[in-house]
Amino acid sequence: MDIRMRRRMPGFRWRLAAGAAALAALVGTAAVPPAQAADGDPGVNVESRRLALPQSPGSDDRVRIDTSYYTAGDTGRRPAVLLGHGFGGSKKDLDTEARRLAQHGYAVLTWSARGFGRSTGKIGINDPHNEGNDVRRLIDWLARQPEVQLDHRGDPRVGVTGASYGGAASLLAAGYDDRVDAIAPQNTYWNLADALFPNGVFKKMWAGFFFTTGSFGTALGGNTAAGAPAPSSRTDTGCGRFEKPLCAMYQRVASSGKPDDEARRMLEARSPSAVGDRIDVPTLIFQGQSDSLFPLSNADAMAKKIKSNGAPVSVDWLAGGHDGGDQETDRVRARVTHWFDRYLKGDRTADTGPPFRVSRSGGVDTTDGRARLRGATGSRYPGLDGTATRTIPLTGREQHVENPAGATPPAISGMPGAGGFDRLAAIGGGVAVDYPGQTATFQSRPLKQAVRLTGSPAARVHVKAPDGAVLFAKVYDVGPNGQQLLPSHLVTPVRISGAEQGRTLELRLPPVDHEFAAGHRMRLALAATDLAYSSPAEPATYSVSLDRPALTVPTAPGVRTDPASSSLPWWVWGLPAGGALVAAGILLTGRRRITAPGADPGLADVPLVIDGLTKRYARSEDRYAVQDLSFRVERGQVLGLLGPNGAGKTTTLRMLMGLIRPDGGDIRVFGHPVVPGAPVLSRVGAFVEGAGSLPHLTGRANLDLYWKATGRPAADARVEEALEIAGLGDAVDRPVRTYSQGMRQRLAIAQAMLGLPDLLILDEPTNGLDPSQIREMREVLVRYAADGRTVIVSSHLLAEVEQCCTHLVVMDRGRLVTAGPVTDITGDGGDTLAVGVAGGPPSQVVLDKVAALPGVASADVTETGMLVRLDGVSAHAFLAELVRLEIPVDRLGTEHRLEHAFLTLIGGSA
Amino acid sequence: MSTLPPVGSAPGYRARNTLPLRVEAVRQLKRRRTLITAAVLAALPFVLIAAFAIGGDPERGRGRITLIDTATASGLNFATACLFVSAGFVLVVPVALFAGDTVASEANWSSLRYLLAAPVPRARLLLSKLVVALVFSAAAMVLLPLVALVAGSVAYGWGDLILPTGGSLPAGTAAARIALVVGYLFVGQLVTAGLAFWLSTVTDAPLGAVGGAVGLTIVGNVLDAVTALGDWRELLPAHWQFAWINALQPELERGAMIKGAAVSVAFALVLFALAFRHFRNKDVVS
Repeated sequence: MDIRMRRRMPGFRWRLAAGAAALAALVGTAAVPPAQAADGDPGVNVESRRLALPQSPGSDDRVRIDTSYYTAGDTGRRPAVLLGHGFGGSKKDLDTEARRLAQHGYAVLTWSARGFGRSTGKIGINDPHNEGNDVRRLIDWLARQPEVQLDHRGDPRVGVTGASYGGAASLLAAGYDDRVDAIAPQNTYWNLADALFPNGVFKKMWAGFFFTTGSFGTALGGNTAAGAPAPSSRTDTGCGRFEKPLCAMYQRVASSGKPDDEARRMLEARSPSAVGDRIDVPTLIFQGQSDSLFPLSNADAMAKKIKSNGAPVSVDWLAGGHDGGDQETDRVRARVTHWFDRYLKGDRTADTGPPFRVSRSGGVDTTDGRARLRGATGSRYPGLDGTATRTIPLTGREQHVENPAGATPPAISGMPGAGGFDRLAAIGGGVAVDYPGQTATFQSRPLKQAVRLTGSPAARVHVKAPDGAVLFAKVYDVGPNGQQLLPSHLVTPVRISGAEQGRTLELRLPPVDHEFAAGHRMRLALAATDLAYSSPAEPATYSVSLDRPALTVPTAPGVRTDPASSSLPWWVWGLPAGGALVAAGILLTGRRRITAPGADPGLADVPLVIDGLTKRYARSEDRYAVQDLSFRVERGQVLGLLGPNGAGKTTTLRMLMGLIRPDGGDIRVFGHPVVPGAPVLSRVGAFVEGAGSLPHLTGRANLDLYWKATGRPAADARVEEALEIAGLGDAVDRPVRTYSQGMRQRLAIAQAMLGLPDLLILDEPTNGLDPSQIREMREVLVRYAADGRTVIVSSHLLAEVEQCCTHLVVMDRGRLVTAGPVTDITGDGGDTLAVGVAGGPPSQVVLDKVAALPGVASADVTETGMLVRLDGVSAHAFLAELVRLEIPVDRLGTEHRLEHAFLTLIGGSA
Repeated sequence: MSTLPPVGSAPGYRARNTLPLRVEAVRQLKRRRTLITAAVLAALPFVLIAAFAIGGDPERGRGRITLIDTATASGLNFATACLFVSAGFVLVVPVALFAGDTVASEANWSSLRYLLAAPVPRARLLLSKLVVALVFSAAAMVLLPLVALVAGSVAYGWGDLILPTGGSLPAGTAAARIALVVGYLFVGQLVTAGLAFWLSTVTDAPLGAVGGAVGLTIVGNVLDAVTALGDWRELLPAHWQFAWINALQPELERGAMIKGAAVSVAFALVLFALAFRHFRNKDVVS
């Protein structure tokens, strides 16, 4: 839409932009950055010279032609290549390509044609006396160079190539100079009169670009203008560097809008077609499909003529062209090089490619906006009539076509040189506008199967035009929803005269390569106007009907599209393979070697043996969380793991669960070493450092899913028993996020008990429980161990372990303090009494007396009295003895025996 | 025989039966983030339909031509428009969420240690979680265009896919192309998944993993905008995030999608490997 808006308002800006694009296309190599200075890459020797050549054969006047001569490598003789530039360009555009060819073993000569770059003289549009003579002189010059291989004296082995203007120069060189051995013209004309005045209609837009470019030097050409001198003379009205007769011809035709015979003759005389009979060297022809300036019919005429002269010819239809699009620069260069290798160097192994190749659109890559191309090749050039034809019936009654006064608004087929149309076309778009009432259309039924048109379709229509007419014929691809697309944006103009009573016209429609998909229609349209062409300004009405109700569509079934994917870069496969290798490397290295000893059958019945267990704090060499810890737990024990906060209890339990790795030592559960994920852990149930349930699930779902995650049989879970222990009541069916801290804790303990594991580990299990729940929990643990299972309870609270544990492990600062049965640690299990004595601690004498009493195991002094351990005497009887000894007892109570032991053992306050 | 329980384990325990995919899926499915993500993705097409109903049909934008221009032409058009607006961010977040949150949230809930002590072998735990996260991500990516297709077809009718640049694709072809697009989007997001998954094993903060992955994805987009990097940008996954538009033209162009998939898969493999390596050796202290 954007484009169309700008088109309707042809202002200065777009004209400039279109002109620049047109120039870029003309130059042909505009995609390549401007050439570097002559001291580019090493190895290529570049000599620039301005050669003084005669103005015309036999003339004493001289023009100076700016040349660059490129050689590389050894001093041996080699074939030469002449490189010609596009219209509006100069030899500078060819620097990159010249260097490449020089390194490939050619002596390369580039030159700026007359009127371009730093060359003097006037543009004669490849006038054989002027530009043509220059090329002959350049070949003479080449024959004198010591590096250049000679076929005969004065006859170098030489090929000529170039795009557009330079391409025509190569054809003309082959026609006028027998010394030329091979040529590769690109995107150029066979007969310039046919190109600019097709069927007698003036191609005004292109002709305008063409002559404006020459008139104002290279100012429009942007990068090619660097260093160019100002146009020699600005006094000629708009003629600039053109030879005056050419300029006058253009101005005459452009003013009248109608080419005359004189103009035709002038251009024909300068065209390769004038010497067509004499071009008999191997010719590689490139022609753009997106080229409304020099359409494929130019290549067709070239190929037919040169082939009839007996020379090998290959035809290559490029994706882009003067209208823009992908110029396939790299591929073109490579193919030209192979062509010259074969026909200049005589390398018979050089692959000159298929006789016919066409680049077909494979869709657009939006990541870089470029149309991807696929080549299709054929073993012979099918021409524009195809190797087969399909006849597609057309319907449509006789229609009247109005020619609007002033030929405005014009229908739009494409935008000469605007570029990018191939891209839009490939993604299903492009701009083509016909105005109702100014166009006759004839349409086919939807195609049953896809038809690929390769060549120039034909139709026969009947036109009645009392005062003559110009019509623009085109074939649209019409989608099922009515969307129409004009392949390559090409039209065929026809000038019709002598049709007062009606005339039958044989139409040759524009040559294209295009696939009409199944379900699409073909639509033949004849419009009265076209933006790019001159047409009569007088209002008129034509009537158009089908003389033959069909379109003859040439096809080339022998031309097959090459398989795709060859264009993918290596890394498409290399990168994932490399990624897989790196991934494998990452996984295979850095594995911590676990020197896991084998299972010890002798310990198969011992729930837990810890031997020399050591764990340092993270990033620390000598600070230990656990140091050289060893103890053993037997079946049926309820083991209390006791120690103040920070003693290393939890760290030990984490290592026991395989969550963290010890720095040293060994943990064995039922004889099996514990490593992360050790299967023997399935016999261990654990509750360590708080609950860990999924908050969004109910308590029951948590238990259920946890058990399923263990992968063990559902029947072994004993969910109901676990739930009974948890005592959650109805809350079990509520999401855990609604639970209190104590409920979560009980749920987690129940989870640890699922499946009634042989070894149950509970870390601070009574946190958050109320006293009655604590009592129940103790009973549960005692019952649990009574069945021959084993329980480890860790706590920093003495009361907890004291009342239910059979054995104790006391830790402090990461070390084992003591381990053994509770009775061993606390003494013989007798009662300990705290005796408060009035007046402070008793004397040593008193203390000795007490200790000597029968049934007293020991007596120690405390701050407020004595601590007495009884052994076989009741507290009651003991009190009587104290009274008998006249000790002033003011208080007597049971002392917290374990706490005493604990404090004694760790030698400080807990 | 492999059916024998490993020596010393509880009866019925087999490492390869632990944390089955189905169980992990159920564990994740009822989470609020899963439900909210699904709700948002399913609601997005309706929001757009409402927007078009209120604001009128989309105008052809000045400047860039996008899939939004033809959003209301058919259900298929609407589905592609929904993909177009959501591919850059809306579909990245669920992937980052599912892959980045999966391990970190277990660590956050403290449930990770109980799974590991069950014991679920670490590699197996990661594999289950990764597969489920990827399946959820894929489901999210299918959900959006599917809802959009159904809702769009009801709102705008079933018909050919009208291309914003002109031309159209027959409905059958277009539906297949959209399936290809969704597949490519998924493969393209593997790198986000890999990044999020790796971060998930490194941090215990779920938001850190998700945010980190989304943040680095944004950094990738920024780098891709630096044209000075030239061809190096082709190695950025972000460079290819809209390559799927190549499928929505008359002539399917696979090249960019293949390149994008190659970059994404390569990065993802390395990132997944990093995740496994890190988690394998990690001391689980959460």
